[in-house]
Amino acid sequence: MSTNVLTPERVRAVAVAPRSALALAWSDCLVLTGRSLRHLTRNMDQLIQTFSLPIILLLMFRYLLGGAIKTDQTYINYVISGLIVISAGFNLTSTVIGVTNDMRNGIVERFRSMPVLPPSVLVAHVAAAVLRTFVSATVLIVAGFLVGFRPDAGPLEWLAVIGLLALFATALCWVAVILGLLAKSVEGGSGYGLILVFLPYLSSALVPTETMPKVLGTIVRYQPVSAIADAVRSLLTEAPAGNSIWLALVWWAAILLLAVPTAARLFRRRALG
Amino acid sequence: MSSEYAIEARGLAKSYGDVHALRGVDLYAERGSMLALLGPNGAGKTTVIRILTTLLIPDGGTATVGGHDVVRAAARVREVIGLTGQEMSVDGLLTGRENLVMMGRLFHLGKAAARQRADDLLEQFDLTEAAGRQARWYSGGMRRRLDLAVSLITAPPVIFLDEPTTGLDPRSRQGMWEVIRKLMADGTTILLTTQYLEEADILADRVALIDGGGVVAEGTPGDLKRRIGSERIEFQFATDDVAEKAQLLVGGAVLHGNGLSVPAADPAEVRHLINRVADAGFDATGLEIRRPTLDDVFLTMTGQTEGATL
Repeated sequence: MSTNVLTPERVRAVAVAPRSALALAWSDCLVLTGRSLRHLTRNMDQLIQTFSLPIILLLMFRYLLGGAIKTDQTYINYVISGLIVISAGFNLTSTVIGVTNDMRNGIVERFRSMPVLPPSVLVAHVAAAVLRTFVSATVLIVAGFLVGFRPDAGPLEWLAVIGLLALFATALCWVAVILGLLAKSVEGGSGYGLILVFLPYLSSALVPTETMPKVLGTIVRYQPVSAIADAVRSLLTEAPAGNSIWLALVWWAAILLLAVPTAARLFRRRALG
Repeated sequence: MSSEYAIEARGLAKSYGDVHALRGVDLYAERGSMLALLGPNGAGKTTVIRILTTLLIPDGGTATVGGHDVVRAAARVREVIGLTGQEMSVDGLLTGRENLVMMGRLFHLGKAAARQRADDLLEQFDLTEAAGRQARWYSGGMRRRLDLAVSLITAPPVIFLDEPTTGLDPRSRQGMWEVIRKLMADGTTILLTTQYLEEADILADRVALIDGGGVVAEGTPGDLKRRIGSERIEFQFATDDVAEKAQLLVGGAVLHGNGLSVPAADPAEVRHLINRVADAGFDATGLEIRRPTLDDVFLTMTGQTEGATL
């Protein structure tokens, strides 16, 4: 244990040249996103959520339940977009828990005592979760091909799908961040996470709304999760778009615009508490 | 005046609703010295640390750290301090090395520099072997060392250690003291909080005793100990009544039921006091001689208002 490693001169010698505040904030976000992604490889729950669960759901709905559900197109073509939405919800339970953990165990406190922009932590959680959602979606689409999924989307439609899913995932991630900030404990956090898991089941993600009772069907048809599932389905397959793309855009843009400032306010209050 | 002190606080006050966590705390730590903040749980130690490390804005009073105001120049303060809190504030899912590299990058060191610094610190804190293991599997002592290593990445001139040894086994505690001594030898100013009088006694230049949100006593560890005696005699008597009568024979004694706790300056006084009680005809049913603890300091310091004298 030599003491010379502690001299400030030594550290100053290796420190980088001063950069602009924006460059530093960007660097903070990148470093912390790297951290959140690294969690993925360390955490069995997250690996299962991101890789295995989508495949299990796919096989279950393709072979176990799919035969009994009547849709205008092949059920696999119908259900892929729904499963993408559902797996986004699964991926977010770990975001809720991750945020709760960070707020509870003192690491945010440490960041606040450092020259770090504290909200970078939240931005990093969102960025990592959006990436995980895209990984799950890719897994689903590739596995879907193997079991009969036949999209008829051109390059423009694919781009539109990516854009819509990015908006949806980002907005939903900020909702997950809010739940994480609200949770008083990690156990509570995983309880809140279930909301995100359950919401897609009350939508047109897995089954058409036509066979539902009239009132329920109407509510379900226009809720935000149905809108995104319908919009992605219409872009990927021959399903009619109706107004689902606009509905999805408006819903999720509104949710994003509401969720970010709410999360920011909660974060400030929690962090200063 | 402010240039002599690395940490200077005047009249710090903080309330949470009706609860006055701090009511006018004054603290001074000279450059390169260690100030220990002693107090029981809930005394306000952590609140003081949180204010001085810019985590909490005080309701009243002012404080500077490294010459920078903790409210108006918070960003400057953050550049010159390191903080090791009570909780483990490292990432349990990352390895020891990954934690240090990440924190180095967040202190805005370059990639190569952050790696170099991480390796230096791992070696210095005896963590090289465990560097590739996830921090959640570390022992209590290893976590604290990693935590401390993180706060030393930029070799800050002022370090806050919030109960760095609470919950550690004696060997880990010794290891932590070792590290803290090295920091002091490097000229770092340290503010340490602890519940252990012994720890402050061994490490600190000055001690501030904090209770009920205020500083009750301040001085060198020697000063404080002299005020409560270097030895402590615990008498047990057959009844409360006998204990009360025996209390009148000796000064500064604290009564609790049929027990009587008596301060003594040195072994000679211990013998003298025991003899005096025995000669007066009070037969002790139990007798123990021990070193004073923080409890004694508090019982004595707060006992003063109730008529006990030193």
